[in-house]
Amino acid sequence: MAHTERRDAPGLPDFSLLKRLARDQLIFLLEQLPGKKDLFIDADLMSPLDRIANVTILKQHEVDKLYKVELKPIVSSSDQLCFLIRPRIQTVKWISDLVNSDKVAGRFRRYKIIFTPQKFYACETVLEEQGVYGDVTTDEWNFYILPLDDDILSLELPEFFRDNFLEGDQRWVTTAGSALHLLQSVYGSFSKVYGIGRCAKMVYESWRELMEEGEQRTRQPEFAKVFLIDRDVDFVTPLCSQVVYEGLVDDIFRIKCGSVEFGPDVTSSDKSIKVMLNSQDKVFDEIRNEHFSNVFGFLSQKAKNLQTAYDKRRGMDIQQMKAFVADELKGLKQEHRLLSLHIGASESMMKKKTKQDFQELLKTEHSLLEGFEIRECITHIEEHINRQVSMIDSLRLLCLLSITENGLLSKDYKSLKAQYLQSYGIEHLLTFANLRQLGLLEEQQAGETLTVMESKVGKLVTDKTVGKLTDAFSSLAKKSNFRALSKRLALVPKSGEEYDLRVPRDMAYVFSGAYIPLSCKLIEQVMERDGWTGLEEVARMLNGQEFAVTGGCSSSEARNKTDAQRIVLVMFLGGCTYSEISALQFLGKERGCRFIVVTTAITNSARLLEALLDNGASV
Amino acid sequence: MSLKPLDVHFKVHLDLKKIELYEMGWNLKDGLRECLVAAAPYGGPISLLKGHNRRSPSARPQLEIYSSSGLPLASFPWKSGVVKQLGWTVSDDLLCVQEDGTVLVYDLLGGFKRHFSMGNEVSQSQVLETKIFHSPYGTGVAILTGALRFTLATNIDDIKLRRLPEVPGLQGAPSCWAVLTQDRQSKVLLANGSHLFILDNTACTPVTPPGLSPQASSIVHMCDSFSYKYLALLTDSGHVWMGTSNLKEKLSEVDTKIKTPPKQMAWCRRPKSQQPSAVVMWDGLLIVVGECKETIQYHLDDDSILVPELDGVRIISGTHHELLQEVPGACEEIFKIASMAPGALLLEAHKEYEKESQKADEYLREIKEQSLLSEAVRQCVEAAGHEHEPETQKTLLRAASFGKCFLSNFPPEQFVSMCRDLRVLNAVRDYTVGIPLTHTQFKQMTVQVLIDRLVYRKLYPLAIEICRYLKTPEYQGVSRVLKHWACYKVQQKEESDEVIAKAVSVKLADAAGISYSEIATKAYESGRTELAIKLLEFEPRSGEQVPLLLKIKKSPLALSKAIESGDTDLVYTVVMYLKNELNRGDFFMMLRNQPVALSLYKQFCKHQEQDTLKDLFNQDDDHEELGNLYVKASYKEQRLEARIALLQSAVDEYYKAKNEFSAKTTEDEMRLLRFQRELEEKKGELLVGFSLHDTMTTLLSVGLHKQAEQLYKDFRVPDKRFWWLKLKSLAEKEDWEELEKFGKSKKSPIGYLPFVEVCIKHHNKYEAKKYVSKVTPEQKVKAHLAVGDMEGAAEAAIERRNESEISTVLSRCSATTDHLLMERLNRAKATAVKK
Repeated sequence: MAHTERRDAPGLPDFSLLKRLARDQLIFLLEQLPGKKDLFIDADLMSPLDRIANVTILKQHEVDKLYKVELKPIVSSSDQLCFLIRPRIQTVKWISDLVNSDKVAGRFRRYKIIFTPQKFYACETVLEEQGVYGDVTTDEWNFYILPLDDDILSLELPEFFRDNFLEGDQRWVTTAGSALHLLQSVYGSFSKVYGIGRCAKMVYESWRELMEEGEQRTRQPEFAKVFLIDRDVDFVTPLCSQVVYEGLVDDIFRIKCGSVEFGPDVTSSDKSIKVMLNSQDKVFDEIRNEHFSNVFGFLSQKAKNLQTAYDKRRGMDIQQMKAFVADELKGLKQEHRLLSLHIGASESMMKKKTKQDFQELLKTEHSLLEGFEIRECITHIEEHINRQVSMIDSLRLLCLLSITENGLLSKDYKSLKAQYLQSYGIEHLLTFANLRQLGLLEEQQAGETLTVMESKVGKLVTDKTVGKLTDAFSSLAKKSNFRALSKRLALVPKSGEEYDLRVPRDMAYVFSGAYIPLSCKLIEQVMERDGWTGLEEVARMLNGQEFAVTGGCSSSEARNKTDAQRIVLVMFLGGCTYSEISALQFLGKERGCRFIVVTTAITNSARLLEALLDNGASV
Repeated sequence: MSLKPLDVHFKVHLDLKKIELYEMGWNLKDGLRECLVAAAPYGGPISLLKGHNRRSPSARPQLEIYSSSGLPLASFPWKSGVVKQLGWTVSDDLLCVQEDGTVLVYDLLGGFKRHFSMGNEVSQSQVLETKIFHSPYGTGVAILTGALRFTLATNIDDIKLRRLPEVPGLQGAPSCWAVLTQDRQSKVLLANGSHLFILDNTACTPVTPPGLSPQASSIVHMCDSFSYKYLALLTDSGHVWMGTSNLKEKLSEVDTKIKTPPKQMAWCRRPKSQQPSAVVMWDGLLIVVGECKETIQYHLDDDSILVPELDGVRIISGTHHELLQEVPGACEEIFKIASMAPGALLLEAHKEYEKESQKADEYLREIKEQSLLSEAVRQCVEAAGHEHEPETQKTLLRAASFGKCFLSNFPPEQFVSMCRDLRVLNAVRDYTVGIPLTHTQFKQMTVQVLIDRLVYRKLYPLAIEICRYLKTPEYQGVSRVLKHWACYKVQQKEESDEVIAKAVSVKLADAAGISYSEIATKAYESGRTELAIKLLEFEPRSGEQVPLLLKIKKSPLALSKAIESGDTDLVYTVVMYLKNELNRGDFFMMLRNQPVALSLYKQFCKHQEQDTLKDLFNQDDDHEELGNLYVKASYKEQRLEARIALLQSAVDEYYKAKNEFSAKTTEDEMRLLRFQRELEEKKGELLVGFSLHDTMTTLLSVGLHKQAEQLYKDFRVPDKRFWWLKLKSLAEKEDWEELEKFGKSKKSPIGYLPFVEVCIKHHNKYEAKKYVSKVTPEQKVKAHLAVGDMEGAAEAAIERRNESEISTVLSRCSATTDHLLMERLNRAKATAVKK
């Protein structure tokens, strides 16, 4: 393959331990309600749960029937109902209604709610307000982290992004802090913590408090450094079309909790097949981080190899054949199956992606990133909207345009918005309000209106309050400064140079050599400098809130070049994309270290924007 | 005193020793006569109620509390009802049981804590007799009422009254009774004449003690041992029967030869001892009975009381305080005259060594020859623990230490911890402290409890010294004491808030695990709100400050502290509390200043109270958000009129927010909705709720061109969009004729390439070719390629001399069929590059 593993790359800690811990606790909780019971599971917990404890295990612990929470009246004859849910007001309200209707019907049952990863006071308030607090027992299942792969850990909290960045609801901050604390208590403490973003800072604070409360354990740490980053530090990267294999699969087929469902067009049969995508799949493991243009070549090479391996059979005597069947055939068959699946997937993607539309989309994206031929881009976006090509893609291009250009000219903003509403309906007024609040799609203001307002307010109240106000307004005041950042960090390689995607020379390969993901570049720079020195200007442009703290480990220990010193834990607050993971893997191989990604959820442009829609369905 | 105390060893089958603990510091005129007395076990305090029988209001009885050494702790006139019984709880609280069944609880410094009642039945029929007892569940009260029924509460901290069943044939008060704890249950054992009954929750069972001498016609006294394992009965014939309290086994029976009823009887026995022994007290006489027929008699000058302990009995008189106990094994071995036990030899050896005599070596050899040296050391250490005189303790420990020198790997823990324990014990036994604990008792009660006792007595410095000396973990030790001290300190009315706050912060500064909020709560409870707030400022965990701040109605502060803590849940708690506590206006005002809390509350309202959300925005004059809210509400509404009405409200709000754009768009939407409805009614097409674009698509697809045109004009739809729409819909219907007409109607604002592409998409190459000629020169190549005309594409590309276009065409050529063309192109490319 294009880049081979450096031989001194450090080994990774065993994260399956986290799964075992979660499973044991769940079993303990289920046993708290002895006897047969029906289990209701939040829809988005189904897949994660399946990775922790499958149906057989649940049945062993007297779970009778399994239902998905659908917020509709239920049909269950069991006398014991157990609910495994995320702490959402809506779901708790549904349960309360259920209990109350049972009461009216004179039916006696036992109810138990298991909140995961933790329960919130607001949920208990709802139980209390609905008058069922005494009828229901509640528990917490501290299932903070799901290892999706050897080096990808997910909190599986897609709502983190909207709640935290749009609604200003910081309740998940403690969850993220607890997740870090869990990692620390299982795998040892970290020598250094870096971070950028308001949320990152709060998560660190919450984690630090947990550390202080809990007992200090001194053990050989398994990671050296932690980097916390807010999603709103870099919105550009998740808005770009992904062209690395795994990212592309996610964009097109949507990877859910580490597995994907390939439809009939891929499997070339009439059935859909669910496939786990992780390092266990040897074929996938080799192509996941590759630029899509290389994948076909690789796969055909692989197919040839496979054929040769099969061909070995010819001219074998009985003994050799026996050995072949015993040792190799199964592996080959497996590889064969996977290979044909990935070839099918590639074909299907190729069909979609080689269309002219997609090529033009990529071209527009690249122009926007480079800041080149903006007028034409706007025309293209306009056409895109007028032709109703794709609701999400149009929005994505609009956002990308706004961020890279520091907001749209008032005239363009109004006209594009009006056209978008004509195409997709007036309810997107709310979507636009959300996008503006997040600083994703803005109208250029004449002058620095906000700063003026701030200084006015500043005269009226004390400095401390101004600080708070500025915090509150930070998302409003956010200037993306993308051009300046891009220049300073050399995110966009000079155009005209040939970029050989077969032999990537930097992280830009994940976007066809057109752009180095800002988030990953930041991580690279901070790791290189061991802090933010020299990056003050960059941090200021990113709205500050950067920090670097030396952790519990003594410095002498840190100087030891143990394996652990070369493992870096990167936590994305608000989600990260597969492209970013690929870029970090590349960086790790270049530098002989390993990156472990912890994210609140895997995201991509579609998920990011869908979270910000405010149409009837999502309320 | 008629007896010589100390070191007098009686050899009457039972080795007893009597130790003088204190000469009482109190000055009682009449001794203990006519007093109601209660002394707490484990060397606890003593309470006296003088003249409790007097009923005239003029001469109120006096309640006095003393330490075990007779130092006054509290004294006050008794103003409540007639007291039947005094008693102490396990946590050194004084219980005063009144005639009417009310129990008053005081702390040991005489502070009133609370009171509780033993139930209606008791208050109606009055208390006849009462006993206070201790069980694993705490301190209990048992009452015999005037109606000859028993009422029991096993734990006064969690009162559950139990009324025991009636005793058949009981005419008057039983001759005697006691409370037993068996099978995790408290039961009453009572004697009615010669009959014995056990009363438990459900039944009254007659029982007979095995081997009770038949000459007895009545049982006049009974007592159970400290552990409730043994029972002693005294009959009117003067016999003492001793046995297990389950009445299964008899241990011995002794005739005291005294037939008058005694004043008190108690067990005097150390744990694990094989010999039963009980103490019976009459006026002026004390008899110890054991396994054999003989008894030991002491004379008493003075009225005394017996206080049973774990390992002996304390005898308190008006002037003295003594401890009577069986001589511990180790002490007996060592101090027995002419003892040859290893411990005794070691003590002797050490004495000789001190005298610098070589005999020391002889003694040592003797022990070593039997390889009993470690046993000797152990004996000395143990014996030291049982001795009360520091000098004797020291002698024994020195001997042990001396012996240890000749042992190689003797574990030091026992010796070290004994030294420590003794130092602590000597300190608390001191006259001024007055807690005469034995080592056995100390081990049973644990250091923690001892510290508590010292804290109850407000002996903070001593408690801290002990914690530090014993290296108790700070959290359980020093910090705990300091917390108690601070809680006491904040109740001192005479000092100012500043002084106290300063004193507390200085003392507690470096102590770990101190909860300032607890201290502040105490301050608040004693009515010092300001001090409470001051103290809360020292609390480093903001989360801890919140509940108290809410309690003392400092809600704004509570809210900001909760936000500071970063714990959203806590913020919620405060917000919900405030919501119920404040009126709506104030509540909203408060939220306005706290954006974090506000956004949290909005989240909550979104799901629970939509209307509140409206009020919130209204108060803030946030018309933009209000407008959004109405828009959101509108598409949940099914009926069109209501929907339009909601949108109208949105329009109004948007205008107020000076958001012309949103207002105009919303107005357009209203117009569109009306239009859609009208058409729906006329033409029966489902349209309502579609976007403008979708509406037009639908109209065009069903051939309602005129209406589509109308929308195009009315809503100022850009030409480009309209052309795209029409182009697509005509191609969809394969209405090529109409398409051609449309294409010629005027110059296309989107150019003609889309025409070509759309036709190709619908597989009509023929039609597509019609438009190729109309395409602008820049798009010519693309157009030719789209229809698959390689020649044309090549022509156009070469004409334009555009290198990249030539390359594009080249890449599409196949080497077999387009050989000539490729040559031409390559040539043209070369010239283009040259240029």
